[in-house]
Amino acid sequence: MSGLAIQSVTKRFGDFNAVDDVSLSVPHGTFVCLLGPSGCGKTTLLRMIAGLEEPTAGAILLDGADITGVPTHKRSFGMVFQSLALFPHLSVGDNIAYALRIRGAPKDEQKKRADELLKLVHLPGFADRPVAKLSGGQRQRVAIARALALSPKLFLLDEPMSALDAKLRESMQVELRQLQQRLGITTIVVTHDQREAMTMADLVVVMGEGRIRQAAAPIEIYRKPADAFVADFIGSTNLLQASADSAGRATILGSAVAGLALPSGVAKASVSIRPEDVRLGAPGSGAVDGTVTFVRDLGATIETYVETAGTTIVAVTTPRERVDVAAGDKVGVILPAESCVVVKS
Amino acid sequence: MKREPPKTLADYTPLFFPAVMLIVFFVIPFSTMIAVSFFRRDPAGFYKPDFVFDNYARFLSLFFANILGFSLMLAVLVAIVCVVVAFPFTYLLTKQSRKVQTIWLVCLLSVLSLSEVIIGFAWSTLFSRTAGITNLAVWLGLMDKPVALLPSFGVVLTGMVYQALPYTILVLYPALVRLDPTLTEAARTLGSSPVRAFLNVVLPALRNTVVATLIMVFVFALGSYLLPQLLGRPQHWTLSVHITDQAIYQSNMPFAAAMAVFLVLISLALVGLTLLAGRRENAL
Repeated sequence: MSGLAIQSVTKRFGDFNAVDDVSLSVPHGTFVCLLGPSGCGKTTLLRMIAGLEEPTAGAILLDGADITGVPTHKRSFGMVFQSLALFPHLSVGDNIAYALRIRGAPKDEQKKRADELLKLVHLPGFADRPVAKLSGGQRQRVAIARALALSPKLFLLDEPMSALDAKLRESMQVELRQLQQRLGITTIVVTHDQREAMTMADLVVVMGEGRIRQAAAPIEIYRKPADAFVADFIGSTNLLQASADSAGRATILGSAVAGLALPSGVAKASVSIRPEDVRLGAPGSGAVDGTVTFVRDLGATIETYVETAGTTIVAVTTPRERVDVAAGDKVGVILPAESCVVVKS
Repeated sequence: MKREPPKTLADYTPLFFPAVMLIVFFVIPFSTMIAVSFFRRDPAGFYKPDFVFDNYARFLSLFFANILGFSLMLAVLVAIVCVVVAFPFTYLLTKQSRKVQTIWLVCLLSVLSLSEVIIGFAWSTLFSRTAGITNLAVWLGLMDKPVALLPSFGVVLTGMVYQALPYTILVLYPALVRLDPTLTEAARTLGSSPVRAFLNVVLPALRNTVVATLIMVFVFALGSYLLPQLLGRPQHWTLSVHITDQAIYQSNMPFAAAMAVFLVLISLALVGLTLLAGRRENAL
């Protein structure tokens, strides 16, 4: 099989299962984001792929060959670290050419490759600068160029954008994705930022407590979260308790939602509905009525907090929809059945 | 955050106490020594105030040039051996668990509590014919009969390295603990074996620390006067031994002072050189 295959990999630190029986297959040329809260095992998984940690159990295969026991320096994967780990005693060019120097490549070839890569990451002419004189974004690019020096089979990045400010981060995400598509290189990025994952990935792998909770395309993860954890972690959502009545119809907060049914045999479940799918209307127009407790007008969007029977539902509207409500107003909350997703709680 | 420079006299009061201590215990004795180095020796008594360059002129002979050369060579050798031994050791120590690190550091600190005299006599016993390690070799069948390994240059070097090693480790330790462990990991992902990553990433990344440590151990070793006497032959005596000899046994205070001033100037020149090298590095 072409690509990377992770087979039942487990990593135990003492009594703690950092990564717990994870299996994943990554076809060649895919951009994968390992996404999850801190401590979910995503970095440990990446480090095992890089060979920096040894799995307690399981195997890692690349193009069908078992690489579990191969030491890091013989895997030749490119890796970008969270700290970037640029060598402070070397110039930009020497940092990038390090891997070639280790392999004994001639000086002019090292220089040629460094210049080539600097052009690729939009930093032409930076080869002779000291690393200490670079800005955050420039360091980022140098780290990427250094990891790509040997045209690796696998490109691994551990929270690469965490040191950048929000604006720069967004533009680097787009740039990294475009670079990956141009090179067609299999890439795995660890991140805790769901926006980052949505921007870049072909395949988002949501991890929690050492396990894979869901692995799917970004929009599928967003639209059809597998469980309450994923729904809550990816974007913001309203998680509501639903129960089935005798006819099998779903009841949320005491009112039946037309057109929504729970799977047969399930009496109670969680229903996830994205705030942008919740609509507000006059009292009595929706499934439930509630009182507006807070309105956050962010300019581009307006978040309205509505309390109904002890539960707060958040609705996000745009100014164009002209939902003029203020705190204290009575409103009807409309929950369109097609936007409600039943998730395992 | 930038602090405001002190403006009024009152702002300088915290400096008063250290300044007084520095003047009383350093500036005055050192000035006295400089003054004495220009005095004339009085064979009947101690010395007579004067202003002559005889003491410095006497120093400029082949005999003392050899001693100075030997002292510098010994100090450089001690510094190099200490750093070569301590750097990999400290690097590996920082990779251990917190508990293991503490135990090692406490043991190293306890070596510092030993006086130079005890260290000297301990090593001279260890390398002696009657009770030394050669008896162990005989017992193991490696040697025919026990021999005395001292006095010799090797034993002087061993003793001085033993004395300076804890300082070396304690100076290197903070820098190595702070070193980003992902630097070596990055080197490994780029195809360096762990040993190669140590040699071409860890070592060069800490070049300034290594140079500073070399200088520190060098200056430390330059001042050692007991161990060369206890463990070496007269030709292994350093300049510090001769200063002691002139000052105490030959009662030639002016000459001893001249040699001491010379030694201080050499040490200062070396520290200055390091600072200069460090500044050039930062300017890059």
